[in-house]
Amino acid sequence: MAKAQRIAMALGAVSTGIGTWYAATPRHFLSVIGAPATERRIAVTRLVAVQELSVGLGLLADGRATRWVAMRVVGDVLHGAMLALAVRAPDTDRGRMRLALAALIGITATDLAALLAARQIERTGADVESGNDGTTPEALAVERAPVHRSVTIRREPAEVYAFWRELENLPTFMKHLESVELIDERRSRWRAKAPGGASIEWEAEITDERPGERIAWTSREGAQVWNSGEVTFERAAGDRGTQVRVRLDYEPPGGRLGAGVARLLGEAPSNQIAGDLRRLKQVLETGEVAISDAVAEGRSRMQRPAQPIEIA
Amino acid sequence: MKATTYVSRNKVRLAEVPEPQVLNSGDAVVRVTSAAICGSDLHLVDGYVPGMLNGDIIGHEFMGEVVEIGNGVRKLRAGDRVVVAFPISCGRCWSCNQGLFSVCENTNPSAWVAEKVWGFATAGIFGYSHMTGGYAGGQAEYVRVPFADVGALKVPDGVSDEQALFLGDILPTGWMGAEMADVRPGDVVAVWGAGPVGLLTMASARLMGAERIIAIDRFDYRLRMAREKAGATDTIDYEQVSVHETLRELTGGRGVDKSIDAVGMEAHSDDLQWPYDRVKQAMRLQTDRGMALREAILACRNGGVISVIGAYGGFMDKFPIGAVMNRSLTIRAGQCHVQRYMQPLMEKVERGEIDPSFIITHRLSLEDVVHGYDIFKNKLDDCVKVVLKPGEPATTERRIGLI
Repeated sequence: MAKAQRIAMALGAVSTGIGTWYAATPRHFLSVIGAPATERRIAVTRLVAVQELSVGLGLLADGRATRWVAMRVVGDVLHGAMLALAVRAPDTDRGRMRLALAALIGITATDLAALLAARQIERTGADVESGNDGTTPEALAVERAPVHRSVTIRREPAEVYAFWRELENLPTFMKHLESVELIDERRSRWRAKAPGGASIEWEAEITDERPGERIAWTSREGAQVWNSGEVTFERAAGDRGTQVRVRLDYEPPGGRLGAGVARLLGEAPSNQIAGDLRRLKQVLETGEVAISDAVAEGRSRMQRPAQPIEIA
Repeated sequence: MKATTYVSRNKVRLAEVPEPQVLNSGDAVVRVTSAAICGSDLHLVDGYVPGMLNGDIIGHEFMGEVVEIGNGVRKLRAGDRVVVAFPISCGRCWSCNQGLFSVCENTNPSAWVAEKVWGFATAGIFGYSHMTGGYAGGQAEYVRVPFADVGALKVPDGVSDEQALFLGDILPTGWMGAEMADVRPGDVVAVWGAGPVGLLTMASARLMGAERIIAIDRFDYRLRMAREKAGATDTIDYEQVSVHETLRELTGGRGVDKSIDAVGMEAHSDDLQWPYDRVKQAMRLQTDRGMALREAILACRNGGVISVIGAYGGFMDKFPIGAVMNRSLTIRAGQCHVQRYMQPLMEKVERGEIDPSFIITHRLSLEDVVHGYDIFKNKLDDCVKVVLKPGEPATTERRIGLI
């Protein structure tokens, strides 16, 4: 086992063990550090347990030492602040508190040392024997597995193709797109909402097109989010219209962590594309994106409006 | 405006909320003149349908007057008196084109949630959780009706509110229940549940020529209504006798030709299935209690049909697939494709062939909605169906409450 992984495993076991202790017997933990158990302290201990367990499991399951050890250090600082507050409380046992603080300082020092070691390994590539520290080409390739989604629309392939090829139409059903401007016949400038309210822009170029059948594109040099994909249009069986298939390959902002967070928020690219295709179907079959009251009021986390077509 | 809103499990509230407006070009805004409380609203309020948020407006059985329309509406004008189908359907997709309106492909903006639970999504439904789109419901003074040309039907002058109201849900649902059971002249049909939908299923089966109609319930007043008003020839109180044995004897040892489940996920029984299903449901190990459906399957004759119109949400245990397979049974099910049945059933109402208003036992002001939920859910005061009328004077005090 590579050194970075051994560090991660050991710290993961420590985090998980401590987390389990806090979660199972918060009163015991509080008595050890000399803080009488109050409901509030028990609640805080449980929260810390959740934090320890998630970091522990992250270290054990994910194997990318640097990020998770960094989270341990952040946790250590937080716990130090909590202890400092607790020391000032009138009902705590000063002696035990001092011991707890000393232990915490020791733990923090260990974590910092581990963090530096892990970073060193990551930066110098000294850990190549493991073949995977989260930054190798192989690891990124797994992350970048292209997303496939499809939808069947009750329109002729030529009509669906024509609507899509009119790239300025895309923001009417692609929720994250703010605008698409044409630069020339093949090149266009895209502007999209990024998580956190920011905007990102890139230039895209059509690399292949067969009218009524296929459009393929790739982002041009210098794009903030590299992406490449294709959409195909094919007559569906039984006169059901057109099967639209999208393949999107992209580099998620924030790397793996960003992709993981996005997935937790339901913003994974496969979900986004599924929603976008559903709205494309609504626009082509009914003329506009169907808005429910929940969408209009922004009440539901489950719904994603695109830009509605103006109604007079 | 005033509207009935979900607060939390078992709690509803008459709240003051903003009035709806036209959001899509096919929308109409309807001033509600009558709205009903449906048995499936109880599944929401009882907490068995996921995706309800505090403040969601409930209600999917309503009618009223069109007050505003979007610029894409062709068939309606302000002032029209309409009854509205509970599924929201675009009328343009493949499913709508096949008459499968309740599985419209375009009206559920949160389709991906339903896809996770059901495999594929269904249509949006008024006031029926964010799993079916998060559309505001009609137990309110005003409601927005998307795709109004498809879902709202003009009510002829000779038809009263009370006769027309149930065309939006339970009359077509009962009719489709009998139709899916393939009820033919001479059939023996058993209907589990003598609530509003079950009663209208019996009335529909009778119109289709069923010779014997057996109502199964535990409330005497509902069984009485089944006999006196809905056309049931026999009634079974399942707390008094064994349903399976009684049906077997009634049919000369053969079993009923058609079983119709008008009960759904909150079924009840007085045998061991009850604690089993109730505990599993409470522990979220299953979402649906299966007493009625299991019994409906086991009581059906070889080669018979089981039709399911009672609402189910997710998963059920101890499903008797062996009986279904070995005895050549057919199961048909579905949320009603209301738009398919509204016009022909309206004509039957106009001709006086059926008058669904016989099920109404309580007429209340919208202000009394909390009381309405209370008596309907808890089967108080011989309640079968509550109709709410916005604008009528209130007779009770509670505007928010546990029911």
